[in-house]
Order: sequence, then C-alpha cells, then structure tokens
Amino acid sequence: MPGTIKKYFPVFVLPTLLAFFLAFFLPFLMGIWLSFCNFTTVVDAEWVGIRNYVRAFSNEDFLRALWFTIRFTVVSVVSINLAAFLLALLLTRGIKGTNLFRTVFFMPNLIGGIVLGYIWMLILNGILAKFGVSLTYDPRYGFWGLVILMNWQMIGYMMIIYIAGIQNVPTELQEAAKMDGATGMQRLRYVTVPMVMPSITICLFLTLTNSFKLFDQNLALTNGAPSGQTTMLALDIYNTFYGRIGWEGVGQAKAVIFFIIVAIISFTQLVLTRRREVES
Amino acid sequence: MKQEKQQRKRRGIVWLCLCLAIMLLAGCGKKEEGSGTGESGNGGTNGSNGENTSTASGRVFYLNFKPESSELWEELAKQYTEETGVEMKVQTAASGTYEQTLKSEIAKKDAPNLFQINGPVGYQNWKNYCLDLSDTKLYGWMLDNTLAVTDGDGVYGIPYVVEGYGIIYNKEILERYFDLDDQQSGISTVEEIQSFETLKAVVEDMTAHKEALGIDGVFASTSFAQGEDWRWQTHLANLPVYYEFRDKGIGDADTLDLTYAENFKNIFDLYLHNSVTEPAMLGNKSVNDSMAEFALGRAAMVQNGNWGWEQIAKVSGNVVAETDVKFLPIYTGVEGEEKQGLCVGTENFFAVNSRASEADQKAAIDFLEWLFQSEKGKQYVTEKFGFITPFNTFEESEKPQDPLAQEVIRYMENPNLTAVSWNFTAFPSQTFKDKLGAALLEYTQGRKSWEEVIDVFRNEWAEEKRQIQ
Repeated sequence: MPGTIKKYFPVFVLPTLLAFFLAFFLPFLMGIWLSFCNFTTVVDAEWVGIRNYVRAFSNEDFLRALWFTIRFTVVSVVSINLAAFLLALLLTRGIKGTNLFRTVFFMPNLIGGIVLGYIWMLILNGILAKFGVSLTYDPRYGFWGLVILMNWQMIGYMMIIYIAGIQNVPTELQEAAKMDGATGMQRLRYVTVPMVMPSITICLFLTLTNSFKLFDQNLALTNGAPSGQTTMLALDIYNTFYGRIGWEGVGQAKAVIFFIIVAIISFTQLVLTRRREVES
Repeated sequence: MKQEKQQRKRRGIVWLCLCLAIMLLAGCGKKEEGSGTGESGNGGTNGSNGENTSTASGRVFYLNFKPESSELWEELAKQYTEETGVEMKVQTAASGTYEQTLKSEIAKKDAPNLFQINGPVGYQNWKNYCLDLSDTKLYGWMLDNTLAVTDGDGVYGIPYVVEGYGIIYNKEILERYFDLDDQQSGISTVEEIQSFETLKAVVEDMTAHKEALGIDGVFASTSFAQGEDWRWQTHLANLPVYYEFRDKGIGDADTLDLTYAENFKNIFDLYLHNSVTEPAMLGNKSVNDSMAEFALGRAAMVQNGNWGWEQIAKVSGNVVAETDVKFLPIYTGVEGEEKQGLCVGTENFFAVNSRASEADQKAAIDFLEWLFQSEKGKQYVTEKFGFITPFNTFEESEKPQDPLAQEVIRYMENPNLTAVSWNFTAFPSQTFKDKLGAALLEYTQGRKSWEEVIDVFRNEWAEEKRQIQ
C-alpha cells in the first residue's frame, strides 16, 4: 500500500502543487520583491532598496494600527474561546433541542464579513442613537463593537469544534474519574480539558489568526473612524496602498512585516499548545 | 512482463492527468482574459509586461469612472460597434474604487486603452501610462486649453465634462418663506442673497420658522458616513484653498496658510446648526440620505453638484418640481463674494494608454473624436449623459437639458460672476482627504475644536505633500 501511494504521488499532488505554486507561492515571492520596489502596477516596478521599510516603520498610523490589533486580538481570542467552550459544554449535556441550538449558534458564521459589518453597524448605531452618539464618536465604541461582532460570528464555529472534541472524550475515563470520587469541576479540569487539547490548539490558532488579519468587518463597521483610531493592520495596509501616490511599495512592505508577525505568533502558539496535548 | 505493462499503464495515467491539469489551467487563463469582455470574442491578445497588442484594426476598452452611467456606456459601446465595426467594451469600476480597479486592470494583458485620470495629482501616478494627446483633434477642439493636464509640451489628460457645484435649493420652499408674514430677515427674493450674511440671515430665520414651512431643517444632513464625506473634505474645503491660491496667484503649494479658515467655519457651522439631523448623529448619514431629504421636501437646501439631479429625480415620492431646483453659490463671507459664481471645473480627464498597441491607441482616439463630433455621439453626450462639454464642436442648442446643468451654464455665462475653480485636484492625496474628513467629523461631534481641525488641514497638507515627493 505505501508503495502505491508513492507511485501515484505525482498524479494526485502535482495538479494541486502546480496550482498552489502559481496562485500562491509565485505571487508571494513577487510580493516580497515588490516590497523593495517603487511601483504603480505590479508589472512595472523599480528597485529602491529598504526605503519602503524605513517609511513603514516611521509611519505612526502603522504602529497605532499594530497596537490596536494586538489589543483587539487578546480580548477577542479570550472571549471567543471561553464562550465557545462553555456553550459546547452546555450543548453536550443532552439538553432538549440541542441540535436546534447548535445550528442557530453556527449560523452567523455563514454570513460574509462585509454584510455582518454593515448589519452590526446599523444595530449598534441604533442603540447608540438612544444616547445621542454614534459608533464613530469614540474609538472605544468601535473597539467593543468589533469585539462583539467577532464574538457573534466566531463563537458558533469554535463551539462546533469543541463539541467534536468533547464528544470524543472516552466515557470510560469520565466514569472512572467519577468512581474515584472526582467532582464535576475536577473532571472538567483533569479529564475533559486535557483530552480536548487538540481542539483548543485548532480554535486558538483560528481565532488568533482570524482576529489578527481581520479586514472586512473592520472596513464595514468603522472603516477606522474616528481619525483612523480603529484601523487594524490589514485595513491600514490597504489604505497605505491606495491612499497615497507612490506609496504602493510601502503598503507592500507593511504586508510583508504583517506576514512575518502573524507567522511568528501563530507558530509560537502552535508549538506551545501542541506540547500540552495528550494521547488518550 | 506484467510489471512493464503496469508501468506503461501508469505512465499513461500520469500523462492523462497532466494533460487534464494543463487544460484546466489553460481554461482558467482564458476565462480570466475574457472577463468583462461581454459578448465580444477578443482573440489574438498577447504581449508581456503590460504592453499589449491586439487585432490589426484596434479596439476600444474603456474603464468607466461613473457607476451611475454604466448602463449608458454599455449601450453606447454597442452603438459604436454597430456604426463603425470597431470592437468596444466598457468596464465600470464600483463607486470609489477607480484607482484600485485601474491598477489591476492596466497590469493585465488585455488592458484598457482608454481610462481617466483625476487631474495633475492623478497624472503623477499614471504618467508612465499616459499618451501625449497634443496632436489630436480633440485637444484642438477645447474651448480653454488651460483646462487640460499638461507636462512640458505634452498633453496627457483632456477633460470631457465640466461640472459645477454649489448650494442646491428648492425654490418653492424659499418662496413660501419669503411670503411668510412674520419673517425677520427682510429678504424677499433669492436674488437678494448675494453674500454669506444674507444667506445666514435667511437660513437662520427659516430654521426659526421650520414648522410653518413644513421642513425638518434648512440644510440636508451633512453626511459623514464612511466614504460619504467628500462634499466637505473635498468640495467645501476647496473654497478656502481657492481664495488662498487666488491671493497668492498660484495653482499649488507645499504648505498652506489657511487665511480663510474662518470662512470655512462660517459655512460649515451654518450647515451643521440648521440641519435636518443633530450634529452628533451625522456619522451615519450618506450622500443618498441627504439627497433623499432634499427630494422629499424635508430640507430646503443641499450642497452638491449638477450630477445630483439624477439622484434627486430618482427618489421615489419625490416632491420637488424640476423647475424648482436651482443653484446658489457657496458664500463664506469673503470680501467681494457677491461676484462669486458656482464652483466650476472638472476632475474627469480622458487619458489614452501609452502602452497599448498603436492600433489600439488610434482606436481610442478615433472613438473620442466620434463621441464629441458625430451627431450620434453628441446626442449621447448632451441628452443621455447630460455633460456640459469643454469643446467647440457643440452648438448652442446642443446643451444638456436637466435643471442643474442649465443652472451651471447660466452661472458660467453670466459675465459679472467669477467661477470658483476646482483646486482640489491639487489636494495631495486620498489620505489627506480622509484625515481632513475625519477631523471634520470629530468637530461635528464636539470632540475637536475648530483650531484643531485647521491644524489637521494645515499639517496633513504639508505632510502629505512631503510624502509623495
């Protein structure tokens, strides 16, 4: 059998590999190259060295966006995972209508980011109007608006992953722990959590990267208002690229920095949580 | 023996799959090339590095800037192909995304050969792609050659439409106000409004009588939703810049003194405090909202340009009669402003792609000449697009008929008035406009003082001018 897999390797992998190379790897390399160039269109570039990187790092907007993104990511990763895990625990207890609840909680995830952003903008503005203000009044409103929106969208999805993990915890383990006199909290702490560690790894990874590279929701909900104080990294890159003539390269340089940051953070997280996973 | 057979079979499968994969990729490639082409099968495009060659006779591919007239352009393209046999396709960029779309479209093999730039600043970005049009008939037809975008001896952008903006008012509501018995301003005709002072007196008194007049506010909402603030950060901000440049006798500057900052505040405050909407709630309002408020008779005035007529007319439940839609200049309290006209200018300049094949370049120029000279072309321009053109090929009778365009022409032809030129084509960048817009929004919310807004205006101007050099 392993021999057969080896034999047919090129047949099954080559097309994907080719597509991956053309549609992902090549543009990626081109992007890195362009970050050292001055260009109007991607086929018309002129080498300028590290000038773009210097400009990117001396750009206040970029640093502010980075700080905003970090704050947002910390808050939303914690809140999404906590809420999703609690919901998953609740919905694996065999409560009546479990399936209905699971579906309902999962549904927000099926709506696109832009649409969600606009809908939540209307809702939040509607609420804030009672107090005579709007979302763009204070950066804090935009921040918490984004957190609420992100939670609403992601909790359902993470919940499904946690449910799958919890259902895979062998009942023998739970029963054995019960026999030994473990309380509910203890079983959660010493049986369930270690056993669903793989799900936690995935969920943390997904929420972390998704929060970090959030774009649509940010664009639709606040578009950086007021005065760019709720701009996240991806939106800032976009604004740099199109906001000033001759700054396309700087936008590209920011994108490369952005890639490196996301890669470092998510790899560290993967390594850290992987270590805590246990085999059943 | 058996192994050999198997091996051959395997090799066959590998080849088959490879072929399939290649076909698939080729298929994708072709599809991409044809996207946006409509039904025209445009074969024979090849080339590299953005240079493109096409069929010997050339074809026209226009990247349209105005989403509101996308259907008309499609229709026109079909007409043109029918009449001349030259292939033409039109692609329209979604509102506010022209630069983005152009950037990606022009890098493709099948690139647009006709596009538009928004003035001298836009030209800086696209100068590698703009063909010198000084030898074209189109340039020869221009009534005022100084309007074109030039660089040295070359002409790289030719304006195709002259537009005007000011304060659009509903004559019927104003007349009702003038007829009120207890009105305080002492002004009884629109003609008497010739300065900021009189405008302010009328507006404030109208606000005091808004119940009697049946309006919610004199001015429609000062829209500040995302991407909806261009009427303030671009159009209104043009006025202080215009007067400063006029005083200094220049057309562009690296730094601004903003000597007319107070005048900017005058008119902006007037808009805010006599509005349909509470200042703090303006962050949700779009231009469409404002135009609808005007069309439904909830507001008597709205600042916008002659392109706004279409929007007013389209609002369902529209109560404004065509004959009641008129323009007033934007008065800000500058000395001698009774001679000020509307803000008239253009930010729509045709440019021909210098990297297109020669046949395509010629096809694009031919199309432009057809559009502005032939009977049919001109009919589209004046009747359907409603453009006021800067060319001498149009007769007196061939002028657009919509009420706001008529008003713009009336103001332009009045020899006693000086039009305010569009100096925002020299505004340094989109980032500048966005930051000014954001500062104005914070001012409406009471989170920034006017001095801070002016600081943003001045500092960001200098900063952005420095950054793009």
